[in-house]
Amino acid sequence: MTLYVLRTLAKMALTLLTIITLVFFAARLSGSPLDTFLGDGLTEEDRALMIEYFGLERSVWHQYIAYLRGILDGNFGLSFMERRPVAEIVAERIGPSLQLLGSAIALTLAVSVPLGVVAALWRDSWVGSAVMALAFTGYAVPNFVIATFMVLIFAFVLNWLPVVGNGTALHFIMPTIAMSGVLIAALTRFTRNAMLDVLGQDFMRTARAKGLPETVVILKHGLRNAGVTVLSVLGLQIAGMAAAGNVVIEAIFSWPGIGELLVSAAIIRDYPVLQFGVIAVAFAVVTINALTDIAYVIADPRIRMAKG
Amino acid sequence: MIDAPVLSVKSLSVAFGSHTAVRDLSFDIRSGETLALVGESGSGKSATALSVLRLIEREGGRISQGEIWLGSKQAVDLARLSDREMQVYRGNRISMIFQEPMTSLNPVMRIGEQLGEVLRRHQGLSRAAARTAAEQALARVRVPDPGRRLEQYPHELSGGLRQRVMIAIALACRPDVLIADEPTTALDVTTQAEVLKLLKNLQKEIGMAILFITHDMGAVGEIADRVVVMRHGNTEEVASTRALFKAPQSSYARDLMRATPRLGHSPLRPQVPLVEPVLKVEGLSKSFARSDGFLRPKVRVPAVNNVSLDIRPGETLGLVGESGCGKSTLSRALMRLIEPDAGRVILAGRELTGLCPRRLQEARANVQMVFQDPFASLNPRMRVRDLITEPAFLHKGISGKERTEMAENLLEKVTLDPAAADRYPHQFSGGQRQRLCLARALSVSPKVIIADEAVSALDVSTAARVTRLMQEIQERDGIAFLFISHDIAVIERISHRVAVMFRGEIVETGETAQVLHAPRHEYTQRLLASVPRPLPHAVSFEDIPEPVQFAQPSARAVRDQHYTAA
Repeated sequence: MTLYVLRTLAKMALTLLTIITLVFFAARLSGSPLDTFLGDGLTEEDRALMIEYFGLERSVWHQYIAYLRGILDGNFGLSFMERRPVAEIVAERIGPSLQLLGSAIALTLAVSVPLGVVAALWRDSWVGSAVMALAFTGYAVPNFVIATFMVLIFAFVLNWLPVVGNGTALHFIMPTIAMSGVLIAALTRFTRNAMLDVLGQDFMRTARAKGLPETVVILKHGLRNAGVTVLSVLGLQIAGMAAAGNVVIEAIFSWPGIGELLVSAAIIRDYPVLQFGVIAVAFAVVTINALTDIAYVIADPRIRMAKG
Repeated sequence: MIDAPVLSVKSLSVAFGSHTAVRDLSFDIRSGETLALVGESGSGKSATALSVLRLIEREGGRISQGEIWLGSKQAVDLARLSDREMQVYRGNRISMIFQEPMTSLNPVMRIGEQLGEVLRRHQGLSRAAARTAAEQALARVRVPDPGRRLEQYPHELSGGLRQRVMIAIALACRPDVLIADEPTTALDVTTQAEVLKLLKNLQKEIGMAILFITHDMGAVGEIADRVVVMRHGNTEEVASTRALFKAPQSSYARDLMRATPRLGHSPLRPQVPLVEPVLKVEGLSKSFARSDGFLRPKVRVPAVNNVSLDIRPGETLGLVGESGCGKSTLSRALMRLIEPDAGRVILAGRELTGLCPRRLQEARANVQMVFQDPFASLNPRMRVRDLITEPAFLHKGISGKERTEMAENLLEKVTLDPAAADRYPHQFSGGQRQRLCLARALSVSPKVIIADEAVSALDVSTAARVTRLMQEIQERDGIAFLFISHDIAVIERISHRVAVMFRGEIVETGETAQVLHAPRHEYTQRLLASVPRPLPHAVSFEDIPEPVQFAQPSARAVRDQHYTAA
């Protein structure tokens, strides 16, 4: 088990290095930051000064090596725009992002697992079909469409919910729903399939032959087995949501999180902020994946044996 | 006994939709008595078991008529109870063990929890008390080291141990009635014998009635006091075990008894002339690398160790051994489906080991295989014509009209309707599919056919028909068979010679009569002692010795053509 964790950690480190490298070069392919935020009134002298200040006169390779050295020292550089450490800027944004992610995960689990179980148990009746029809529809609608419609109805027409920022609990409602929409649809389907698989297993018959009530048979023996499958999918989906979902949703709702920060940093070519923001998201994704792996191993004793 | 019956089924009928699975079945069982419900697949015996426990509704069936009375004093009609009322009885006063110990336990729950939950529900025990009781329950079914088992998961236990755990769960509340649905079918003969013996002892101890469901007449002879023979949902015969074995009254029971291979009751097949063997295996070895964990050293586990054997044209060599002994690895290694580590395989004068892939491909046309599972080994999307002529198409390039003609010939050869060439595999029964597999093997006129547990999944009468067909084809075409099976009685019926395999090695080989009637090796003797005999209480289980470790074999001739591991 310890070795398994160590191996997982080594894989994480390698993944992060790859991402750092990709982001570093991709950012520099997009153009120079001087063009975007210094404007037109720049003299040649100012320009040279700025280039020296940001260390842009050296070759890209030098910059890359210097950047990696900095990371090892825990120094991720200064924001071009705000002139303060990017770590500080990103740190301020992590909280709101995690809050939104957390509430989206909670909503997803609370809705999709019961729905999936219901869809499996009543698969032949209209209840099951209705749940699945909803799930397929939800899967087909992108989150920004849901977000836009919600803003239109609940904010502009009905004027019930606030749109911008994260000040109150009410602010959480629309972004959370928009973020979890697709996820709920996907997870409902997975829960249903996993549950259908389990319902036909011999040990379910054994559980009934023991005289256990149907609720215990389904929730204890059934869901526990289906949960193993659902868990692995959940991890992947959350990782995907952490990476992509929050960029769009945070931008729409002006949520002061990492996603929103990344978008603005990309527009003004604030390399250090962009780089560190992507690294932070990548770190989150990799961590979630690793946690999923470990949770999976804990949940299924057969895998625990195989992985030692 | 003059007691009132503890379970009394009265004119029970069970239906699945419009199909009637059980028709007007009646029987009684008293405390301490064992009633066997015998029949082939589709006879309605399992539907009966599930009906008594009222689990039949879950499988899509319903009790259309009849009564199921449980208890001798204040009897209740289980057929009238609601599911909620039934829960009080299930696992408590009436319980069940199933055929598949590998899948009948919950894989993600510890043994202790699975056992303890029955006790907590029915006897209202606390968690701690249930744990103690669970340990006792495991000890009662002779599970070694019961305290440690409570913490284990099902996959950490062998099939035999898992079935013991299932029995412990079923008997935890000391039920009045235990239903055992083919509890030993999935187990090896030696384990099978142990489980039957255990059930008998527990019955003496607890005094429950046993409803024993099986298709195995051998097990019936061992355990049952009385027998109900079923066929297509109808009751064919009700008799005491002794009377049934002595003189079965119904014609179906007679057929069933005749089809059941009985050790020592098959006419021996005359030996084939001593000519040059068509298949010769010398010193074949294959081991697999296994690692117990990341960074731990890999261990080579020998699956087949220094195996030599030969088969002459027209001869059947029966290879017998328990699961995991290396039989299937051997059959795959000698066709080079997996690469052997050492040894030589000579097929029809040509050495297979060392052939280049192209030549090997050609040579393989001389060996064909028939596998155990007739449902999994035929592609469901292909028509019978294409399926059974595929080897001929691949090896000889026949096509079009030739293929159709060949398919019709082959179908006739395996006694199926030639018009069936246009159908798909799912339209055939298990026995018919196994004939299709045989037809497919025959399509390239092979010199050797390897039948790997080819009739193990079939009903006795179907199995008897398939083995007879194999013998007829062999006698006509002179094909050599390597017939692999764990069932010694089947081996005796079909083999000219027998090789006994144990832990990757051939421990004894010789003519069928010599090996099976005068076994020299200790393992062969033990294996033979475990075979249930369809003669009531002919063998005492007390005589089965504990497993022993055998030394490395080096063949020693006992007499002409009969060798054992020294």
